[in-house]
Amino acid sequence: MNILEVTGLTKKFGGLYANTNINMNIEKNSITAVIGPNGAGKTTFFNMITAVYKPTSGDILLNGKSLVGLKPHQVTKFGIARTFQNIRLFHDLTVLDNVLVGMHHHLKSSWVGALFQMPRTRHAEENAKKEAYRLLEYVGLAELLNESAGNLSYGAQRRLEIARAIAAKPKVLLLDEPAAGMNPKETKKLTDLIHDMRTKLDITIVLIEHDMKLVMEISDFIYVLDHGEEIASGKPDDIRNNPRVIEAYLGKGAVANG
Amino acid sequence: MRKLVDLFSKNKKAQLLLFIVYVAVSSLSLILAQQSVVAFLLLLFSILLLYFLKLSTKAKWIIGLVIVAVLIPFSASQGQAYESYMDVATLVGIYCAMALGLNIVVGFAGLLDLGFIAFFAVGAYTYGIFASAQASKFLHFGHFPLSGESFWIFILIGGIVAAIFGILLGIPVLRVKGDYLAIVTLGFGEIIRIIFNNLDKPVNITNGSMGIASIAPPKIFGIVIANASQFYYVALAIFLVVVYIVTRLEHSKIGRAWKAIRDNEIAGQAMGIPLVKTKLIAFAIGASFSGMMGVVFAAKQTYIDATSFTLLESTTILVMVLLGGMGSVPGVILGAAVVTILNLQVLTEVSNWLNQLNTNGVISIPDALSPAKMQRFIFGLLLILFALYRPKGLIPAKNQKYDVNKLKKSTTKSVFVEPQVSNDKKASGGSEI
Repeated sequence: MNILEVTGLTKKFGGLYANTNINMNIEKNSITAVIGPNGAGKTTFFNMITAVYKPTSGDILLNGKSLVGLKPHQVTKFGIARTFQNIRLFHDLTVLDNVLVGMHHHLKSSWVGALFQMPRTRHAEENAKKEAYRLLEYVGLAELLNESAGNLSYGAQRRLEIARAIAAKPKVLLLDEPAAGMNPKETKKLTDLIHDMRTKLDITIVLIEHDMKLVMEISDFIYVLDHGEEIASGKPDDIRNNPRVIEAYLGKGAVANG
Repeated sequence: MRKLVDLFSKNKKAQLLLFIVYVAVSSLSLILAQQSVVAFLLLLFSILLLYFLKLSTKAKWIIGLVIVAVLIPFSASQGQAYESYMDVATLVGIYCAMALGLNIVVGFAGLLDLGFIAFFAVGAYTYGIFASAQASKFLHFGHFPLSGESFWIFILIGGIVAAIFGILLGIPVLRVKGDYLAIVTLGFGEIIRIIFNNLDKPVNITNGSMGIASIAPPKIFGIVIANASQFYYVALAIFLVVVYIVTRLEHSKIGRAWKAIRDNEIAGQAMGIPLVKTKLIAFAIGASFSGMMGVVFAAKQTYIDATSFTLLESTTILVMVLLGGMGSVPGVILGAAVVTILNLQVLTEVSNWLNQLNTNGVISIPDALSPAKMQRFIFGLLLILFALYRPKGLIPAKNQKYDVNKLKKSTTKSVFVEPQVSNDKKASGGSEI
C-alpha cells in the first residue's frame, strides 16, 4: 500500500526547472532514498512535500489526501515531519524543550489552561515532558536534556533533529542528509536508528543522502534525480549498476572504465 | 577577605542576616533622611539583592512583597518627599509591566516592534474618553463621564481594546520580517499618535492636540484614589498579575512556540507551529499589557494628550528590554526599573546639582548640556556599551532546567517507545558519541 504518492510534481523558479515531472510511490513502512548529485533538486522536492514551496504543478497525496495548498504546519499535522540539511534546531532552547516543540500540534495544552494551571493542562504538560525524555533516551541524548541545543556536537544535533521530528508523531519522516558530516561510527549508529524507527515506531522513511554505503544498505527503494529530473528508480542493486546513474555522478566515460 | 566572601556566598543564614542588616540600614536612613534620594534608591536596590540570594523562590517572593508593599511606602512616608518617591515607584511599576509586555513580542517571539507605545495610547485614550466629559461630545446617549468606579473594569477593557488593535495591526504587518517589521511598526506607532492628535474633526473623539482633561481618578468602596501613594498599590497589583501571566506563559506550550519561531521560523513551522496565529497571540498579549497600563496612566495623570506617546517612549521601553536582557523576565524588570529611575531621579538630581554649582559660580555648564536633556544621548551610549560588552543584558535569559528524576518516573505508557526498547537502544546504538 502506498502511503505517499507524488504525481507530475514540477517546480519552476523563474525560468529554471528545479523539479520536472517527478513521480513517486512510497510504500508504507518502507525506507526510500532520494539520491542525486548536488543541485539535482532533492531538497526542493522535500520542500514541496512539506509545503515550504508551492509546486508549480503536480500533486502530492498522503494516504490519498492532497497536501498541495496546505501550510507547512498543516502538513505536519497530516503526518509528515522532517529534518533539515543545514541543521535547524532551536539553538537557544534546551534539548528537552526542542523535543517538546516537536509535540506542538498534538499537545493538548492551551495558553488559557496554562494561565490558570488547569489540571488537564498540567497533566498534559507533565506527560509530554516524560515522553520527550523517553525520546531523548531513544536517540541517546538523555543526559544532555538541560543543555542548550546550540551547544551540542554535530552528531548530537542531527540526532536531536530526528528526536524532535518523531515527537510530532509522523506517519512519514523525511530526513535530509542525516549522515552529512558524520564519521563512520556515527553513521553506523544512525543506520541502526533509522532501521529501528521503521520497525518499532512504524514510520515510513524517505531520506536524501550522499553516503552511498548507507543508502545501499538501508533503502528498500531508490529514486535518482539529476537536473531536477527523475533519471532512474529501483532497488539498490538495480541502481548500483544503472549506467545513467553512474554517468550522472561520474560523468560520461565513467561507465566504460568503471 | 576571601574567607568572608566564601562565607557569604555559601552560607544561607549569613546571607540572610547580611541582607536584613542592609534593608534595615537603608530603610532607617530613608526614615531619618527623607530628602536623601540615595537612601531611597538603596532601599529599592535591596530587591535586586534579594533576587540573587540563595533562598527558595517562595521565600524570596514573600520577603520581596513585604519590602515592596510595606517597608518602602512606610520608610518613604515620613517626610514631604513621600509623594514624589511613590510617584517614581508607581511609574516603575507601570513601565515594568509594559516592558514585560514588549518582552513577549521582542524577547520571546523575536518580533522587533518599534511602535509599542501605540497600544499604551489606545489604552489611555479608551479610559480617558469615557471617564471624562469627552465621550458626550460624540455619543448622544449614556451618561458621561463614567465614575471612577468604572476604572477597574476599564483596566480589562483597555487591555482587550489594545489586544484587538494588536491583532488588527498584526494581520498585515506580520507578513514582513526583521528590519522591515521594525520600520512598519514604527510607522504604525506614529500613525496612531497622529490620528489621536487630529481626531477632533469631523467628529470630536480625542479632542485633538488639546488633550483630554479631568479624567476621573479611580474609586473603590467610595474612596477616591488620587495620590501617588495610593496609585502605587494599583500599579503594584497589576504588575504582579502581569509577572504571573508572563512566567506562566513562558513555560507553556505557547511560550515554547514563541521561542521556537524566534530561533528558527522554518523549523518551527515544520514542527507544526502555525506561524501567523502564534505571532498574533504574542502581539495581542503584549499589546494588552500595554493597554492596561495605559488605563492606569490616564487615571493617574488625569490628563492625556498625544505628546505622551511619541517614538521616544517606544524606544525607551525597547531600551528597558534590551538593557535588562531580551527574553529574561527578571532582567526586563530590572531594566525597566533602572531606566525609569535613571530618567526620573538620577538625571534630574544630577541636573539639579549641576544647576546649583552653576548658580554658585563653581562651574559653568551651558543649559543645553544639562543631563536631563541628554536622555537620548545617554540611552544611545548605554545601548552601544551593552551591545559591545553585555549583549545578553543585565540578567541574561536562562532556560528552565528539568529534573531528570521526575521525568524518569513514568506512569503512563508511551505511544512512541516501550521503556525496554529505549534501554536496548541506549546499549546498542544510541549512546553518546
